[in-house]
Amino acid sequence: MSEGHSTYTPKTGIERWFDARMPLPRMVYDSFIAYPVPRNLNYMWTFGGILAIMLVAQILTGIVLAMHYTSDTNLAFGSVEKIMRDVNSGWLLRYMHANGASFFFIAVYLHIFRGLYYGSYKAPRELLWILGCIIYLLMMATGFMGYVLPWGQMSFWGATVITGFFSAIPLVGNWIQQLLLGGFSVDDPTLNRFFALHYLLPFMIAGVVVLHVWALHVVGQSNPTGIEVKSKTDTVAFTPYATIKDAFGMIVFLFIFAYFIFFLPNYLGHPDNYIVANPLKTPAHIVPEWYFLPFYAILRAITFNIGPINSKLGGVLCMFGAIVMLFLVPWLDTSKVRSAVYRPWYKLFFWLFVADAILLGWLGSQPAEGGGLLTLLIGEFTGNYVGYAQAATLFYFAFFLIVLPVLGLIETPRRLPNSITEAVLEKNKGGSGHPAGATAAPETKG
Amino acid sequence: MKKILTSLALIGLVAAGTAAFAAEEAHNAAAPTHFPINEPKEMSWSFTGPIGTYDKGQLQRGLKVYKEVCSACHSMNLVAFRTLEGPTGLGYSDAQIKSLAATYTIHDGPNDAGEMFDRPGKPSDYFPAPFANVEAAAAANGGAAPPDMSLLAKARGVERGFPQFVFDIFTQYDAGGPDYIHSLLTGYDQTPPAGMVIPEGTHYNPYFMSGVSLKMPKPLSDGQVTYDDGAPQTVDQYSRDVAAFLMWAAEPHMEARKHTGINVLFFLLVFGGLVYLVKRKVWEGVAH
Repeated sequence: MSEGHSTYTPKTGIERWFDARMPLPRMVYDSFIAYPVPRNLNYMWTFGGILAIMLVAQILTGIVLAMHYTSDTNLAFGSVEKIMRDVNSGWLLRYMHANGASFFFIAVYLHIFRGLYYGSYKAPRELLWILGCIIYLLMMATGFMGYVLPWGQMSFWGATVITGFFSAIPLVGNWIQQLLLGGFSVDDPTLNRFFALHYLLPFMIAGVVVLHVWALHVVGQSNPTGIEVKSKTDTVAFTPYATIKDAFGMIVFLFIFAYFIFFLPNYLGHPDNYIVANPLKTPAHIVPEWYFLPFYAILRAITFNIGPINSKLGGVLCMFGAIVMLFLVPWLDTSKVRSAVYRPWYKLFFWLFVADAILLGWLGSQPAEGGGLLTLLIGEFTGNYVGYAQAATLFYFAFFLIVLPVLGLIETPRRLPNSITEAVLEKNKGGSGHPAGATAAPETKG
Repeated sequence: MKKILTSLALIGLVAAGTAAFAAEEAHNAAAPTHFPINEPKEMSWSFTGPIGTYDKGQLQRGLKVYKEVCSACHSMNLVAFRTLEGPTGLGYSDAQIKSLAATYTIHDGPNDAGEMFDRPGKPSDYFPAPFANVEAAAAANGGAAPPDMSLLAKARGVERGFPQFVFDIFTQYDAGGPDYIHSLLTGYDQTPPAGMVIPEGTHYNPYFMSGVSLKMPKPLSDGQVTYDDGAPQTVDQYSRDVAAFLMWAAEPHMEARKHTGINVLFFLLVFGGLVYLVKRKVWEGVAH
């Protein structure tokens, strides 16, 4: 798409003046107005734009919150309550920011699953995908550190548990942990550096987002058929077509976001975080934020030692491994066909993977109890959370390491249309969007 | 679309099946492993739901219960007298707040002679704590400091479990804290199951979320606090009133929040509808 020549013609004097010196109007025109997008994009493609506004919303609310926040262990909790009670609309800013983190993750998970379903990571979009994975990693670090700032019980104990992971790393583990903490336990230096980093990382995210969008504009968007754009009829102009569709998707998303901010602002949080941090009193169950729960379940699923690797290190390796899998997806998937629409078996495994991820999330919120996978096999079904977590972890890794490589080699994909236009016309022929007959092009929505 | 629904149904079934397995905990009445033993009772509150508002009379009664009973042991460090004033507070007038604050003695200072002194409270003061520090509070209460009550209604909540937590999104259940507080306060005076060991100096309460019993003895009894508005002077009523008051203390801007929320959702609905119509018009004739 980038190879297409610019169709921008400066109309006014000031536009011509700019165009000769710094062609910013041309860039905006080429990127957000004339930029060709596949005509068959469905609403799953609106999450890129949604994520962009979420990032901006988080940064804006965050900057104002930072003006009122104090990163001192004796004052932090009270300063947040001051925001909630005394700062003008402080409750709104803080609930927007706290729930905004959750909705940022909801959007990013849907965005990632969209990519997995439609094979958006395949050549030539590997780098685009990896930049996305880096953004996701930065988001996790930002979210984790942000959760520590209110200095509630879950802030403190979550920070203690998560920084404790690093001590499992051989040789350098303790050094890394102490570097993160600024001491031997979570305390004032930890809170101060987490605040500084929590303010820094979103701008790093913004930087990688620029690269992500740049890479996107070089290779162009994928689409539900997974077939590359071949002719002009396959695309429409970004404005007004994608702009208005994105706008509608954003408003629907904001509606749900607002529903939580105003009516269920504490639904996604933990009650314990309204208790000021107490290093002498451990909560009954330490639970991270919901968006980390699947990884937390994987971490705790490793309850056994493997040779020199003890269960703690094993858990940490599996947890980080679970994220590394995402980075490797472009090379693990051997299929020549991108979209799950034409891959009946992959489609089945994709939905099983979604179910597995949700199950892991739920298990992450439950206590790590039960005999494990072996006792699960001999019938210990009740309360065997560890058993289910081990089974789900096994499937998680099998999806990436076995299903993705093997399926691409043995699966017979369905007949691909010759072009996006053909797929669209075939679909519409069926009447009112319903695919008719076995040979009709499948639906474009996953 | 059908396929999405089928897939979602499949996910739901898998999750529900697992949850059902997990929920069948081994049950031994004398030695329970999961708390609370009894789920909190869901009460009807004036402040729940999208247009919920605080019942000012109830809040004032709740404040009376707090002042006369709870405040003997529980602090409320984050609540200032000034916030009790007016429509966003408990409906008191400026003069009422000044006289209420003046009934408290505030330890202040140092003055220009470098000495600490006591003075009557002002509206800008916060409720004074019953104990000088956490250690004193713990020492006076058998080793466990009574928690600060400012945020108690948001800091307590019994896990709702699957599938209830999904339904809660649609019913906007946001009274986990008040329900818990009410159940706990009315949950004393019950006989523990035969064989259950109640630690010395603690009190059995099947609604307590951290064990079989707690250090706090039954705090309320019928007729203990005199109401002047004719509301029943029962433990149940006291508990409801103080739970509602604590919800206000924890979330004083709740009414403004819900009111704003209705406006925001209405705006987004109308705006979204218009944008959708524009989108339809723009895409008209473009097969996609």
